[in-house]
Amino acid sequence: MPDLLIELFSEEIPARMQGRAADDLKKLMTDGMVEAGLTYASAAAFSTPRRLCLTVEGLLAESPTVREERKGPKVGAPDKAIEGFLRGAGLTRDQLEERDTPKGAVYFASFEKQGRPAPEIIAEVLEQTIRTFPWPKSMRWGAGSLRWVRPLHSILCVLSDKAGSEVVPLDVDGITSSKVTYGHRFMAPKQITVNGFEDYEAQLKRAFVVLNAGERADAIWEDAKNQAFANGLEVVEDAGLLREVAGLVEWPVVLMGEIAEDFLGLPPEVLQTSMKEHQKFFSVKNAKTDQIERFITVANRETVDNGATILAGNQKVLFARLSDAKFFWENDLRVATSDMASWTAALSNVTFHNKLGTQAERIERIAALARELAPVVGADADEAERAAKLAKADLSSEMVYEFPELQGLMGRYYAESAGETAAVAAAAEEHYAPLGPSDAVPTAPVSVAVSLADKIDTLTGFWAIDEKPTGSKDPFALRRSALGVIRLVLENDLTIRSKPLFTKADMRVDSDDLLSFFHDRLKVYLRDQGVRHDVIDACVAMEGNDNLALLVKRAVALEAFLKTEDGTNLLQGFKRANNILSKEEDKDGVEYSYGGDVKFAETEEEKALFVALSSEGPVIEAALKTEDFAAAMSGMAGLRAPIDAFFEAVQVNSDNQTVRRNRLNLLSDIRKLVGSVADLTRVEG
Amino acid sequence: MRAIYLAATVMNSEKSKSFQEIILRLQSYWASQGCAVMQPYDMEVGAGTFHPATTLRSLGSKPWAAAYVQPSRRPTDGRYGENPNRLQHYYQYQVVIKPSPPDLQALYLGSLEAIGVDMEMHDIRFVEDDWESPTLGAWGLGWEVWCDGMEVSQFTYFQQVGGHDCAPVAGELTYGLERLAMYILNCDHVMDMPYNDPQSPIPLSYGDVFKQTEEEFARWNFDVANTDVLLRHFEEAEAECANILDQTHDDPKTGKRIIMAHPAYDQCIKASHIFNLLDARGVISVTERQAYIGRVRTLAKACADAFVQTTAGGHVQ
Repeated sequence: MPDLLIELFSEEIPARMQGRAADDLKKLMTDGMVEAGLTYASAAAFSTPRRLCLTVEGLLAESPTVREERKGPKVGAPDKAIEGFLRGAGLTRDQLEERDTPKGAVYFASFEKQGRPAPEIIAEVLEQTIRTFPWPKSMRWGAGSLRWVRPLHSILCVLSDKAGSEVVPLDVDGITSSKVTYGHRFMAPKQITVNGFEDYEAQLKRAFVVLNAGERADAIWEDAKNQAFANGLEVVEDAGLLREVAGLVEWPVVLMGEIAEDFLGLPPEVLQTSMKEHQKFFSVKNAKTDQIERFITVANRETVDNGATILAGNQKVLFARLSDAKFFWENDLRVATSDMASWTAALSNVTFHNKLGTQAERIERIAALARELAPVVGADADEAERAAKLAKADLSSEMVYEFPELQGLMGRYYAESAGETAAVAAAAEEHYAPLGPSDAVPTAPVSVAVSLADKIDTLTGFWAIDEKPTGSKDPFALRRSALGVIRLVLENDLTIRSKPLFTKADMRVDSDDLLSFFHDRLKVYLRDQGVRHDVIDACVAMEGNDNLALLVKRAVALEAFLKTEDGTNLLQGFKRANNILSKEEDKDGVEYSYGGDVKFAETEEEKALFVALSSEGPVIEAALKTEDFAAAMSGMAGLRAPIDAFFEAVQVNSDNQTVRRNRLNLLSDIRKLVGSVADLTRVEG
Repeated sequence: MRAIYLAATVMNSEKSKSFQEIILRLQSYWASQGCAVMQPYDMEVGAGTFHPATTLRSLGSKPWAAAYVQPSRRPTDGRYGENPNRLQHYYQYQVVIKPSPPDLQALYLGSLEAIGVDMEMHDIRFVEDDWESPTLGAWGLGWEVWCDGMEVSQFTYFQQVGGHDCAPVAGELTYGLERLAMYILNCDHVMDMPYNDPQSPIPLSYGDVFKQTEEEFARWNFDVANTDVLLRHFEEAEAECANILDQTHDDPKTGKRIIMAHPAYDQCIKASHIFNLLDARGVISVTERQAYIGRVRTLAKACADAFVQTTAGGHVQ
């Protein structure tokens, strides 16, 4: 059984695309070969900055010959139809066979589909794979029309077995397959001829190329850890950076360098961000002080001076970068400690959105709203307002201009240095949270107030100017903002009536429409927590549905209740009552809402239901008043048996009109009572 | 052949001694690779790409190979000559070859060796960096080239310019000359960098040549430039560009078919630079910015549309 080796050798592939590309190569090739009948034992794919590689072991030498049968036209069909069928199947008329079917005599063609040699199939599938490769972004080069992520230089395609190895012949727009590849761009650029995967991997290693990205990453990490450890330090873990760096080198050489004394006073996040974003350096910290003291860079080659020149160069670049960062930091601190409000003032020159004014105007709105929210979230109103006014000040700072990802965090440092309270400083950082569904939600009252105010201002603003999310388009991340509000409210258990708040934030907003957007987001959020959408609908239909915390409590209790036997049966009973009542009301053209009277009750079951209603009614009512939905549900559970028994024994439509009307009024009492807990007509089942 | 190559290597392995020597070596290297060594375009531009030798000549089917120095102006980057590497006027070295040759990376690395970068001692890397110019309606894929962690060049395969697909594809190399030279000459502040050979009878530093102009232009760019006049000039350049392109293709005087793509493109360059000046004066808001960029792009696209109808643009009658 032969083995297959493929290498697609190109100019440098972006690090972020390499892993996915190796997987795609494997999938497209193996799927294509299997579909053509060429099965295999195992396959693995690899990537380096300059190559994608696939090795397939235990491949069939040729696809098996199979018998195929095809149904053709009816006997007696026009010649044209028959000829067309023959052409399609590649047969002659004498090879056809007539068979009787329930629909009459039909021609059948039965023939052998000849197996094909592996090289033929591989060449076809590989060409197809190259031409249709799913790169996130691809390009043309030179005068050709072939697309690849960067110019493709050579194709190695070798089939090998015990007898030896052969090139699978292939030509893609002038690039012909061979047994040849190349070593490291600088350390061993010469041609290498290979005969199979083991040989390939071993020869590459001798030519300073580590084929396996995982092996490169492990080597980098081990060496980085050891070098740091030898100096009593530790490397700050960063899996994403490690993966990226492993995709930038074929022959990793880990070098550790010093950060000049002048910069050690910078906040660790600034050092780390500057080194990572600009230079792709790892940070090395002193575990005792949490200070970042050194950096680790990964070069792509060895040199006779053991990397001294390379390290010196990197150090020089870092020096320039950190000089900038330090310059920003010191300038910013000067402003922060003297007049942080000037930063907010400067935001009056920054447009937030052309229909929603400047950032400064927005901050004013957020501050007013944060003040409004303060008592609800348990924050001091002055402090919340102050925090809101300063929370976005750092957007004017030089550091955040340079490193937008440090927004908020820098605000915290600057507010602290300006002598603001810890709560105000924390709000600068925390008010952006939660960003993602798994991001932690702020709990400090001042942070919560500012965070809520910020998000509600965003939502109401964009709602007022009719820039709502549609389908997959949500350019202002309004869904994320709404989810943020929901999580802030629920996880801090805040009682807030949303609608008046929306109107307060922006007079122009259609608060019902925005509220229903919140309800939709709430459904998505609760669905992930196992609450059904119809259960939420049943609660959304109730009074006070703009109090999200209350709405969720009700929904959670109802969901739990409907999962019990009492719940399921009560739902059935309620629906039956409601159906009969609605039907009769329709027929009679009246609404039965006088209330039933036990004195007209005839049967025991009827009387028992009156008793149950009068005993559970006040229980439910009281439970609802205290928002104890669990108690309300157990009150409902108390109705289940009497309702079941009533329908078992009693015919609502009695000939006696008084009795009938009384029974309908009784059903109406049930509807009213149950309806005070949730609108069960919206629950499915 | 081999002997000459060795001699050249020996010469190049000597470090460059000045800013101008690096430029001269690049010039002679790319000349020896067959590029037409052109001169800077005689208008204010933000980058070497704006030179019609790149923007317009990267369009159409005709082969092209050019290299040149382009003084580039970025008014917002002015720091009165005080920042170690930020300047409102600086130099780019630009190489553009169409179709991009298969060994363009090797040619590029050869140019680094030519200016004295020893490949055995340094770590050269091609790091993903796709290029896009919203004002030119252009984009391409490529890398920034790192030398020991420092970005020394931008390397791009043009895919589209002025909204037109580039076929064949032009390869573009851009060297930020000051930064590259500072690295090779081991200078920490651009103004301290030797402009000519320090052994010259009259040695001049970069600061001797440019400190004065950096100060003067920074002040003018940031505080003095008359924004009303600039706004008017922008409108005028925009109108003139459209006017030029509106003319009939048949010249009534000579009877020749003359499409005035280049004069129109000059107006586009002018509008683009005026926009940069207005931006430095801080009179363009974030939202307006997009609109201005869009207006310049419209001009660039119209010029590209016109150029591909010219003979130089590959049009065959």
